[in-house]
Amino acid sequence: MEPIIEFKDFSFQYKSQTEPTLHDINLRIMHGEKILIAGPSGSGKSTLAHCINALIPCSYPGKTGGSLNVAGLNPEKEGVFGMSKKVGTVLQDTNGQFIGLTVAEDLAFALENDNVPQEEMKKKVMEAAEVVDMTRFLRRSPEALSGGQKQRVSMGGVLVDDVDILLFDEPLANLDPATGKKTIELIDQITKNKDITVLIIEHRLEDVLYKDVDRIIVVNDGTIIADEKPDDLLCGNVLGEQGIREPLYLSAIRHTGQTVAPNDRPQHVESMNLEPYSDGVRKWFKAAPPKAEKSLGDPVLELRHVNFSYVPGQPVLQDISFSVRKGEMLSIVGKNGAGKSTCASLICGFNEADSGEILLNGRDITPLSVKERGEKIGFVMQSPNQMISKPMIRDEVGLGLAVRGVPEEEIRERVDETLKICGLYPFRNWPVSALSFGQKKRVTIASILVMKPEIMILDEPTAGQDFRHYTEIMEFLKELNEKHGLTILMITHDMHLMLEYTDRAIVLSEGHLLTDETPARVLTDECTAEKACLKKTSLYDLALRCGISDADEFVDRFIAWEREERR
Amino acid sequence: MSRMISYQEKDTWIHRLSGVTKLIFLMLWCITSALTYDTMVLVIMILIGASIYAVSRTEWKQVSTVFKTILFFMVLNLVFIFIFAPYEGCGIYGSRTEMIRLFGDIYLTKEQLFYELNVMIKYFTVIPAVFIFLVTTDPSEFAASLNLVGVPYSFAYSVAIALRYIPDVQDDFIRIRNAQEARGIEMSGKASLKDRLIRTSSIIFPLLFSTMERIDVVSNAMELRGFGKKKKRSWYAQRKLMRNDWIVIISAVVFSIAALIYTFYDGNRFYNPF
Amino acid sequence: MEIKKFGIREVVAMGIGTALFVVLTTVQIPCGIPNTYLQPRMAVLAFFSAIFGPIVGAVVGLLGHALGDAIFYGSVWWSWVFPEAVTGILVGCFAKKFAVQEGGFITAPNIILFNIVQIAANAIAWIVAAPILDIVVYAEPAKKVFSQGVVAFVGNIIVIGVLGTLVLVGYSKASGNSQGLKKED
Ligand SMILES: Nc1ncnc2c1ncn2[C@@H]1O[C@H](COP(=O)(O)OP(=O)(O)OP(=O)(O)O)[C@@H](O)[C@H]1O
Ligand SMILES: Nc1ncnc2c1ncn2[C@@H]1O[C@H](COP(=O)(O)OP(=O)(O)OP(=O)(O)O)[C@@H](O)[C@H]1O
Ligand SMILES: [Mg+2]
Ligand SMILES: [Mg+2]
Repeated sequence: MEPIIEFKDFSFQYKSQTEPTLHDINLRIMHGEKILIAGPSGSGKSTLAHCINALIPCSYPGKTGGSLNVAGLNPEKEGVFGMSKKVGTVLQDTNGQFIGLTVAEDLAFALENDNVPQEEMKKKVMEAAEVVDMTRFLRRSPEALSGGQKQRVSMGGVLVDDVDILLFDEPLANLDPATGKKTIELIDQITKNKDITVLIIEHRLEDVLYKDVDRIIVVNDGTIIADEKPDDLLCGNVLGEQGIREPLYLSAIRHTGQTVAPNDRPQHVESMNLEPYSDGVRKWFKAAPPKAEKSLGDPVLELRHVNFSYVPGQPVLQDISFSVRKGEMLSIVGKNGAGKSTCASLICGFNEADSGEILLNGRDITPLSVKERGEKIGFVMQSPNQMISKPMIRDEVGLGLAVRGVPEEEIRERVDETLKICGLYPFRNWPVSALSFGQKKRVTIASILVMKPEIMILDEPTAGQDFRHYTEIMEFLKELNEKHGLTILMITHDMHLMLEYTDRAIVLSEGHLLTDETPARVLTDECTAEKACLKKTSLYDLALRCGISDADEFVDRFIAWEREERR
Repeated sequence: MSRMISYQEKDTWIHRLSGVTKLIFLMLWCITSALTYDTMVLVIMILIGASIYAVSRTEWKQVSTVFKTILFFMVLNLVFIFIFAPYEGCGIYGSRTEMIRLFGDIYLTKEQLFYELNVMIKYFTVIPAVFIFLVTTDPSEFAASLNLVGVPYSFAYSVAIALRYIPDVQDDFIRIRNAQEARGIEMSGKASLKDRLIRTSSIIFPLLFSTMERIDVVSNAMELRGFGKKKKRSWYAQRKLMRNDWIVIISAVVFSIAALIYTFYDGNRFYNPF
Repeated sequence: MEIKKFGIREVVAMGIGTALFVVLTTVQIPCGIPNTYLQPRMAVLAFFSAIFGPIVGAVVGLLGHALGDAIFYGSVWWSWVFPEAVTGILVGCFAKKFAVQEGGFITAPNIILFNIVQIAANAIAWIVAAPILDIVVYAEPAKKVFSQGVVAFVGNIIVIGVLGTLVLVGYSKASGNSQGLKKED
């Protein structure tokens, strides 16, 4: 059989770079395959995808080498238009992808361009809307949709066009666990019904593997490191070596000192053959030390009966009360659109609460301006583009210090130090525009870290991050937290982050505070988890399937142990 | 950010009219209002405008803030006209009827008062038309309409993009201002002109950079989905012209012509009661 | 990115540039004289014209001013809308020369040229076109409209001269710097 995508000794170098971003790429993808592409942030995954849909080199100029054949065409010759008939792309930034004024128009966009008559267009839009389950929202405008819904529209918009190949660039970033799961189901369904070739780029490996994929391709430093069947790859060491997070249940089994064999089908925890491993897991559980308790200081931040709405009559937050103690690491979790980011913006003074009070160190902060609050509270926003204001990386990170009149010499030192922590030091003299998405997000984290605030709020700190960078940043935060008593609030959809790094979780659902509990309990409570669209980690399933009844404790011990190990 | 006027979905016959019709009406209305200075015609236009406003079931609170702003500027404008040219009216109407002495040798004249009254009504004629146009025209359908009346589709689509991204850019603006302020750049309070300029540039800079990036992302996304592939383009939201549309268009044309003939019949655009 | 002829990027720039211009309509810097404000949106117009050329400049000025007036002030002052387009077109005519995206807008001759052009464009727009239209359409007193025109002219050349030049130089530097990038240890 002829491959539908074939790279032969392919290389690409951005015009502005001195070294090729992709090199020695040899890759064959067959018709109907479902492929997962993984790799560290900045390794060239999006670049690879752009070569297939011809954005490279048509929109991002540069030098290509070798040959590339997609569905019998040469993308470089066909141009983006030519390829758009064969390849449908869902970009990394779904907000940018939403072009129409309403959902219906966005779904219709490709058809409009093809000059399809209106009658036929309406029919096709309806069909696509049904596939992605958006029929009830056809007249909605993009501002009124949650992240997950926008993702669905993007998929629908690509599906109307009867393409052969679908490219998804990090479809799960920013989605809550339940919506992420649904998205993967949707992709799976589309693949099966439509006989399409699918490529998914994603850091959240375990979430994608929820449904079968045919092959996993690991990219690092612009070249292909591994190209194997999931079962084989999961049993090898490639993922760990490349700084990619392997599925948690596999890490757990490995930590008990056992090696996983491919024929036990480790792709899904539900169907994996655990028999050879369960004894070992149980034994390890008995031996592992229980998690240590941590002592906490006085409350630094307190919300009391806070209410807020953007549009009068449509409350976004209702009667929210919680307090945060000094030196605590806290997570705020909940479904897309539950009001998490809004809550943070109230704390920082970006919006004014309608009623209720917010106390900082026991004092009401209502009269304080955004700037005054900013001296105490550092906020890393969800989308990096909203924060970056200087063209060059170094200026951007040093901006806060410069504004505060810190001497130049000191700024330089502190900026360099922070850039090293965030893995950006090699790029320190680059313009921000030449960074990948995950790298940009790290720039924003660095720009707040460098100011050493008392309280730090991070909105989705791990979105678009690979495991290695994620760990480095989190460990650094943890260290600040332990040594200097930095208080940290994290808004996240990553259940493992919540379990691993936070002592307590605030769960929001539809604007209400659902629970305020330890992360492990939050996840064990079926009702809460379902309402807030949370998802248990696979460690629970592993524990249960190995016959350990106290699954929470197992998770706790594993996490404590894992972190010890990493130090 | 101040209140702005935006489209409200309702079901009146004005809402059901095609965007082309409303655009043609608005254009003719503006041109007529610009050319005439005849008090009679202006008053009739105000009356028609007011009745259409009533029919469109536009809620007052939707436009009241903006209306107050206009009123403020209008008064200011009238005051300025008086300050700069207290006898402009006398020149136009060719007579001078003094009413009272204000100060020094400045007199308030009947002609000036009548002239400024006309200026005011002239501005007022356009307001209901603009309000109604904005409140009753579905932005999606509007872009389609533009294409229908002969505007090339890439230009028509850029209007759609503008309307689509106004809320987004506004959000960006607010978030960027907040992010900058939180990092220590003072935004509110008194400051010298130089500081204000610096302050503004700390918002405009990132706003422009993120906009440039957005332009790249959006144009890539559009190209990926085949924008500009063909000579012609169909529109999901396009509506055909119905009987009512033709009635409105024809009436508007007839009215404009009649109004202009009436105005210029005596070779002068002003109505002179003096 | 190369400046092709009129392509999708220009269409998008017209749209998003207009949106930006509209949003900035309400951002005004008081400058000491009552009821006179500096308008930062003029810097946006100059920025888009200087990068994307006269057509984009014309549309951003025309559509942006008309929409902004309509949305925020419920009325359209056509006599001030058209001069806005004139400013955009005149500045835009030199876009090729400025070569902003290629990193060309950092040399003194280009910056001086830009400022000469913008001052000339603003003079034509606000001291000539706008007052004349005001007189023709609204029969307003000549003295008043010319004074208003001069105030607008001064305000706009300050905004474009300071803010506009700064953003253009900054942007040009950033795009020009994207050359020969290399990871350093
Ligand atoms: N427009 C560009 N110009 C120059 N260099 C670029 C550009 N886009 C990306 N790069 C460089 O190419 C490398 C790979 O970027 P790419 O976006 O493909 O990474 P990625 O694997 O998708 O990362 P992420 O997971 O963070 O999205 C990065 O080191 C980046 O600096
Ligand atoms: N500027 C705004 N104007 C009006 N409504 C808004 C605005 N910003 C957010 N909302 C609405 O408020 C609700 C809460 O939004 P918020 O951004 O806080 O959600 P979130 O919990 O952070 O979601 P996500 O996980 O998707 O980031 C959503 O329903 C959203 O549509
Ligand atoms: Mg990427
Ligand atoms: Mg959020």
